[in-house]
Amino acid sequence: MSVIYIKGGIVVDPTQGIDGEIMDIFVKDGKIVEESGAGKADTVIDAKGMTVVAGGIDIHAHIAGPKINAGRAMRPEDMKYARNKSGPLRCAMGRVLMTCPAIGYEYARMGYTTAIEPATPALYAIHTHEELDSIPMVDKAVLPLFGNWHLTFKFAAEGDIEKMKAFIAWAIERSKGFGVKVVNPGGVEAWKYGRNVHSLDERIPGFEATPAEVLSTLIKASIELNLPHKVHVHCNNLGVPGSAETTAETIKLAEKIGASKDGRESLHITHIQFNAYTGEKWRDMGSGAEELSKLVNRTPVTVDMGQPIFGHTTTMTADGPFEFALHKLFKSKWINKDVEIETGGGIVPITYRAKSPVNAVQWATGLEFGLLVDADKVVISTDYPNGGPFVEYPYIMTLLMSRKFREKEIEEKGVNSYIEKATSLPSLDVERTFYEIVKMTRSTPAKILGLENKGTLKVGADADITIYPFDCRNVSPEDYEVLLKGLRSVAYTIKDGEIVVKDGEIAKEVWGRTFWVNAVKGATQEIIEEDLNEVFRYYTVSRGNYGVREEWIRRPETIAIEE
Amino acid sequence: MIRDIVCTFCGNACDDIEFEGDYGRNLCPIGEAKFAKKERIKAPMVDGKEVSYEEAIERAAEILKEAKRPLLFGWSSTVNEAIRLGVLLAEKVGGIYDQCSSVCHAPTTLAMIEEGIVGGTLGQAKNRADVVVFWGCNPVEAHPRHPTRYSVMAKGFLTRSRAERRVVVVDVRKTPTAYLATDFYMVEPGSDFMVFTALRSIVNGHEEAVPEEVGGLTKNELKSLAEILLKARYGLIFFGLGVTHSRGHERNVEAVIKLVQDLNRKTRFILQPMRGHFNVVGSGEVAAWEAGFEYAIDFSRGYARFSPGEFTAVEALIRGDCDAAMIVASDPAAHFPKKAVESLKEIPVIQIDPHPNLTTKLADVVIPTAIVGIEAEGTIYRMDGVPLRVKKIRESDYPSDVEILEKILEKVIS
Ligand SMILES: [Zn+2]
Repeated sequence: MSVIYIKGGIVVDPTQGIDGEIMDIFVKDGKIVEESGAGKADTVIDAKGMTVVAGGIDIHAHIAGPKINAGRAMRPEDMKYARNKSGPLRCAMGRVLMTCPAIGYEYARMGYTTAIEPATPALYAIHTHEELDSIPMVDKAVLPLFGNWHLTFKFAAEGDIEKMKAFIAWAIERSKGFGVKVVNPGGVEAWKYGRNVHSLDERIPGFEATPAEVLSTLIKASIELNLPHKVHVHCNNLGVPGSAETTAETIKLAEKIGASKDGRESLHITHIQFNAYTGEKWRDMGSGAEELSKLVNRTPVTVDMGQPIFGHTTTMTADGPFEFALHKLFKSKWINKDVEIETGGGIVPITYRAKSPVNAVQWATGLEFGLLVDADKVVISTDYPNGGPFVEYPYIMTLLMSRKFREKEIEEKGVNSYIEKATSLPSLDVERTFYEIVKMTRSTPAKILGLENKGTLKVGADADITIYPFDCRNVSPEDYEVLLKGLRSVAYTIKDGEIVVKDGEIAKEVWGRTFWVNAVKGATQEIIEEDLNEVFRYYTVSRGNYGVREEWIRRPETIAIEE
Repeated sequence: MIRDIVCTFCGNACDDIEFEGDYGRNLCPIGEAKFAKKERIKAPMVDGKEVSYEEAIERAAEILKEAKRPLLFGWSSTVNEAIRLGVLLAEKVGGIYDQCSSVCHAPTTLAMIEEGIVGGTLGQAKNRADVVVFWGCNPVEAHPRHPTRYSVMAKGFLTRSRAERRVVVVDVRKTPTAYLATDFYMVEPGSDFMVFTALRSIVNGHEEAVPEEVGGLTKNELKSLAEILLKARYGLIFFGLGVTHSRGHERNVEAVIKLVQDLNRKTRFILQPMRGHFNVVGSGEVAAWEAGFEYAIDFSRGYARFSPGEFTAVEALIRGDCDAAMIVASDPAAHFPKKAVESLKEIPVIQIDPHPNLTTKLADVVIPTAIVGIEAEGTIYRMDGVPLRVKKIRESDYPSDVEILEKILEKVIS
């Protein structure tokens, strides 16, 4: 490890209230240090005229595991695009879907240093970790799926928070996961009967519990367990007109329960754009973003955007019934996977067209959330690959920072004028500041994830740093082209104190850590022994073979929750 | 006693094997044979002479470096950790990565590229399916514990016994599996596509379009079969090489995928190919996340190109496109067409395998390794993609596939 001085850069760090001050940053042994503790520099970066921020954090991107990999296998037409030839670095393939080397390289080239895979069946956690281990450059973590697990339904029906805590701790330990992901609670189970659930208070087929009870017990248990990241939910009724109402009801569940013990929010609604439509039919569908943003701003809830990008992509989610609906709608190829008694999933290719009224509303709705929710509560995401490629984050940042750029895009792309009627976007004059954008890509996701050494340039933090080749004080929303170009071409990415990207190109391949949360001390494990043995009679793998051992992971890092 | 051992023979990957010394409990006859002590390759060899591991590895690396476009083939009977190194090696030497799928379930992959696949884990057979169809596959002989563990007699939480499952066999002859069935339909060889299509017509309400006889089944038989499928609460079709390897190939698989898509508009149905080797799924999955494709991958231009029929092992060998080959955990000399084997004889061949086989006879470099799942551990994927860790249950002096491949890769890069 070496010592790096970053001299004279324009620093933006919302965690310290620093907004464009010229400062020196000192890096030693992978951490940010005081000048006095740095010692002699091995490398001095002259950052004059450049902007220095913490490394970006993607809170929700499907980058590893059985879903994206089945998507790759089904879509050679997307994979055949070569991003990098084999040489000192790996060959990197894929346009929207990408191979593991490509994912790592593209994050680093964009100045991102951490990414969260947000949905793995615990049964497939070994596979998901194998892929995470093949992604270079970034730190990572994975959220196992809880929302359709038979044991979740049982403990939710019994309202047994103690057992739910024990179960969460057990499952996260077994999957070497980071937190609790919930996808369409109850709906994926219902799909195994060819159905879905349509409201929070509907009984889940075969069980006594309702989606509301599943969510409430999981939220309460996660708060009591002091998990660094609380429940991360893909709401019921995703992707259909009327979903805004379900999302509002879900938010109100969290409001009723309240914030976490440390004052942070207790629920993260992911890719909220996909769950924010008003109306009863596609014909009268509109955006519920204005109302939902107000609700989010006053409740203990955070969100990420799930911004669609015009063009083709591949949708993939644990929401099996939703993917079946897409398959019927587009008559396109379709992968479905029903997973034992714990979850399921589906994959369908899709194209977002600017001229389509529905896709135009989706595009506008995502941006409304990015503009209207407090920057401390909203994170930039495309729900990769569902909304599109994560490499478009600089494009989204620019849209949020420049009304003129939004107007130009609406004009040039021919975005359907239905958005004038169905969304507030055309009339919104909000323009995010660079400081707010840094929040939405750095400090806010770090806070939501409970990763204290990320998203900040404080002394002691991980030395994950992005240096943009422009002075953030001088960019104006009028010059959106300069802005977009600057955000797309990172001057330096520093990962754990090493320069890994220089002038937009990979300078060194490194391997990040995989964070996982050990919360088993927070709950009495014995109380669920019998329940576990009972459910494993209905698995096709032995309990002894279920899960991942730490020594199978390349660079595991445990976050131990003390009681 | 060691519990929860994963059997490393077929795609079932049964994980409830228990070992007490050399005695294994719960093994099927094929599994027993797999775990029994068998003839081993005694030492590394170069040109028929016993050498040290270092010399064999040195020579293997030399061959790969000197070759313009080596073929790296096999993989379905080793662990993912070794497969990953194989893909990296193919990339670094600008060769071709191909695996056993290209000669077994490749039509399934091709059909999946066209249509996707409606699937699920084997737990759906055990817990939910009340209609189980075996089409052109014979688990009683090829996957012996499949019926008891998963698909016929298993005790699930919704479907609790054999009596609650309607088991249907469709095949060109009365196989041993057919004797387990509630209903058996004998079809004419090569008629799968037509039968699937006729069933789709009936399922979709276009019975009138179906002729009086299709593929050896009368219209009434077809209607009764369609009725069984439609009445399922949750149905499952397992299919095998009888579908992929008869006339029509990937068209057959496309047709059955479409049938299952249609059935999901009426009830719930899934489809599962009966994959053969215990890690044939892994040999496709690892390649997909490392290089973007599952098999038939050429790296000669520095990036990955996928072209079945061009970069598949048999075709590449017959055309004489490969000037060296590395065969890992496989026996192409026994299974490839004669012309492809002849082509292998003309080029330098490296073999990495625990056991001698026909390929050993034509290999220039032979590197014996530990047996995966007995003497070496690692990750494998069951036929439904469920990942499992195979264990090391016996000590051995042989290095693992992973150790050998790491050393070859190191030498190739340096
Ligand atoms: Zn998602």
